[in-house]
Amino acid sequence: MNLKNVRSIAAKELALYFNAPIAYIVIACFLLLTGFFFTRPVFVQNFATIRHYLEMLPLFMLFFIPAITMRIYSEEYKTGTIELMYTLPFTRVEVLAGKYLASAAVIGAALALTLVYPLSILLLGPLDIGAAAAGFLGAFLLALMFTSMGVLGSSLTRNQIVSFILGFLLMFVFFIIGKLTMFLPPAVTYAGFDLHYDNFVRGVVDLRDVVYFCSVTGAILYITHLVTAKEQ
Amino acid sequence: MISITGLTKRFGSVTAVNGISAEIRDNEILGLLGPNGAGKTTTMRMLTGFLTPDEGTIAVDGVSAADAPMELQRMIGYLPENNPLYEDMNVFEYLSFVAAAREIAQPRRRIGEVADLCRIRDMLTRSIGELSKGYRQRVGFAAAILHDPKILILDEPTAGLDPNQAREVRQLINEFKKNKTIVLSTHILPEVEEVADRVVIINRGSIAAQGSIAELHSLTTRRGIVRFGGALPKDFAVRLPGLIPGIQSVELAGSEGDRVEYEIQTTTAEDIRPALFALAVKEGWTVTELHRVSASLEHIFRDLTIG
Repeated sequence: MNLKNVRSIAAKELALYFNAPIAYIVIACFLLLTGFFFTRPVFVQNFATIRHYLEMLPLFMLFFIPAITMRIYSEEYKTGTIELMYTLPFTRVEVLAGKYLASAAVIGAALALTLVYPLSILLLGPLDIGAAAAGFLGAFLLALMFTSMGVLGSSLTRNQIVSFILGFLLMFVFFIIGKLTMFLPPAVTYAGFDLHYDNFVRGVVDLRDVVYFCSVTGAILYITHLVTAKEQ
Repeated sequence: MISITGLTKRFGSVTAVNGISAEIRDNEILGLLGPNGAGKTTTMRMLTGFLTPDEGTIAVDGVSAADAPMELQRMIGYLPENNPLYEDMNVFEYLSFVAAAREIAQPRRRIGEVADLCRIRDMLTRSIGELSKGYRQRVGFAAAILHDPKILILDEPTAGLDPNQAREVRQLINEFKKNKTIVLSTHILPEVEEVADRVVIINRGSIAAQGSIAELHSLTTRRGIVRFGGALPKDFAVRLPGLIPGIQSVELAGSEGDRVEYEIQTTTAEDIRPALFALAVKEGWTVTELHRVSASLEHIFRDLTIG
């Protein structure tokens, strides 16, 4: 894998994100919604915490991340530009890596903007900085995992709406199985992200949880690689 | 030299390309001709490495596409069918991306050169989505030649353009063709006659004929064609074969008022114009049209691809 190629592809994808209004609109909606759920407990209930925000975050990501990733492959399939990408001297792995990194960067940037929430609490009252840092680390890892799922959804179809729904469904499976502790055996709920993400939100950084997020992300990206290495 | 042997590609149960073999010599312009769905695009997509052939091999100067796909892609410039482009990028951004991908040493200078050649310098800061079809085509062409490739593959470069724009694209091809091997697909016959050195006619995934345009002309069974028009009797077409020997067919080619025009094909190369003229004088017909047409590529194409 040639890193220069990956960088060229990622730069192109970022240009496409920010030349069109879609990324701005999606990020603005994301900030508006999360902002509401952050401010309510702080001002109404006087809690100096971002825990509520972090607890709500996966639910917002479920909608926000596929909205960002849905175009990443589908648009190129639809307009035929994928033929340009695949006939330039890039390998398919480089194309996937560039596309994944660009989507992750956009999502990461949106998430980084929400760092103003803990910063504004710091101005108002005592904040458990360690717990907040751990929580954000978990949020970033979860975003990376969801992004890989969104990219996989997009690699499967030329229709962006179908791409959104596929990405959403895949994320939703991991979202819901962690919540069905009453009905599912522990081994299955362990595959959901709830258990792992909750540790971060509580301020616990456990290497096993880090490994969980990284390995699911890696596995999904590998499946995406198998999909894109195959011809349309 | 590009050598293609036994190239086959199947999509499910459909065989799109079936055992095509051809040699494309250095510095020649090869026209790939065929009706829609004949397998032209599939063949070109295999040449550019977008599709992998199910059977057969492609090699450029002995470098096999299966062994060194990247090396081959570096030698090739490609303008795909319908010229897909990133609508949300501006022209300079797009060409810079291609320049980075092609690892061009001085991208700004090269983009400037190519922009001048393709006459898109004024468009560099414009969004590709805003460009007219003619300009889009030039942007696609500029991207294809940015790394000064040895081989240029153009899939229907003039499809959907108006006659002026099509002529501009043909001019670009002519300006660029020095020391280049160009493979060009089209279903516009005069275009092939104008630009191509050699023609390969593909029909239903196989090669129906190949050769220089002169060689293809010798393939047709239609030896001579004469257009004959004027105020002719209604039963002209029926009577003519009885009056002049060696007539293969008489087809109505057009009519205007009481004047009609026929296309007469003969079985031999012998000129029937003197006989026709003598006949017209004898019968007292008013003649407005009498000239010989050489069998065009269109006739050959029709003979080979229909039936």
